[in-house]
Formats: sequence, C-alpha cells, structure tokens
Amino acid sequence: MAEKKRLALVASKGSLDQAYSPLILATTAAAMGWEVAVFFTFFGFDIINKKRMHALKVSPIGNPAMPEPIPAIPMKVPNFIGTIPGMTHVATAFMKSWMGRAKLPSIPEFVEMAKEMGVRLIACAMTMGVMGIDEKDLIEGVELAGATAFLDFAADADVTLYI
Amino acid sequence: MSADLVVDKTVDYKGLFCPMPIVKIAGAIKEMEVGQVLEMLADDPGSKADMQAWTRQTGHQLLDVREEGGVFKFHVRRKS
Repeated sequence: MAEKKRLALVASKGSLDQAYSPLILATTAAAMGWEVAVFFTFFGFDIINKKRMHALKVSPIGNPAMPEPIPAIPMKVPNFIGTIPGMTHVATAFMKSWMGRAKLPSIPEFVEMAKEMGVRLIACAMTMGVMGIDEKDLIEGVELAGATAFLDFAADADVTLYI
Repeated sequence: MSADLVVDKTVDYKGLFCPMPIVKIAGAIKEMEVGQVLEMLADDPGSKADMQAWTRQTGHQLLDVREEGGVFKFHVRRKS
C-alpha cells in the first residue's frame, strides 16, 4: 500500500452530541490504517478531562433539532420548559438512552478505543492556561502542544476537519 | 459467491452502528492469516458503502456482498 493517509481533527466542542463526531471519525480512520491526531481545544477539552468526560451533557435550550421526547406526540420541548432546572439532565438522559440502544460506546470508552488504535490525542496548551486546566485533570497518554505543532501535523494531512 | 469459497472465520456485528462494525473488523482481520477469508454479518444500512470504502482504503479484498432480509453478509480476504 502507498504511504499512510493522515487525518487531522480539531475537537472544540464539549457537548455530548458534538463530542461523538471527532471520536467516530478518528476511530474509523484508524481502522482504515490512517495516521490520526485529534487536537483538543477550548470546550473540546472536556472529552479528555477525566473528571468531566463521563458527564458531558446536551442542552434542550435553543436546540430545535432535539427530537420529540414522546415519538407518538409530534411536539418538541418548548424552550421555556428547557430553562427549568434539571431539564438538561433529562435531555442528556434521553440522548444517552438512544446512544445505548444503538450500542454506541460511551465517550470514555470511545476515547480509550481511540488510544488503543493509536490515535494521537493532543491537548492545546494555551487552552489549559486560559481555562485553568491542570495536566493531572487529563487522561493518561495525552500530548501537550500548541497550534504550531498541530499545523505541522496537519500540513501533511489528507483530511483536516474542525469540529 | 463461488461455491468453493472457504470461510475461515465469521464475525457477527448485527445490531451495531457506524463506526463499530468497521472498528471491530479492523481488529478481527489482524487475527487472520494473509489469504484467509473473514465473513462479517451486519445490519447497519450504511455498512455496504462503508465496507466497500474500508477495503478500498486498507487493500483487503471484498470478495462479495449479499443482502438478505436487511442483513448484509460480506466476505473479505486478508491481503497484507
């Protein structure tokens, strides 16, 4: 086979739904034998934060794509209901139950799988400073680097995506 | 499928969605010898396109794809 293809991802979102995309793409590319690095920045840090990765959430507020909670009743949850304390928890529980039904791994399981498949996890050092994140908050095996190191990797990538 | 195709191993990924069938078959094919045939079952509707793409990308040979009642059956020969 020709030289390994390369995927460079930026993961900048920390909500439950948006955390999946980079992990799905990273593991799929690794399954195809590609070289993969994911650069975690800003809210994307929650994906590799060992205290927070288990508790990513999805908010029902201002999210018109959220499905109807009861499929038989074609009514979305109104935004003002979404503002009631606890509704983010409810929306998250719904989403996790859909994910579980599809037998999709949880976020921590996905991250572990990506690591085992050789995906490089790179933490944006600047974000750590700005958001007060300590290296010991992060899971094992994360590299610290800046935008320069990411761009150096991405310069030779076949696919680069910002998520 | 030719009648003399010998299947060396079968894996059943029914009930799993993208990316799990591809992630799992990538691991399963590594346990095969080069030249052996792995049979994979899946019911993810995207798995046909994904298996064609995965074999194109990895160089493994997709021998055939059959669909019966929403279940795909793939035969893949390990190439390297």
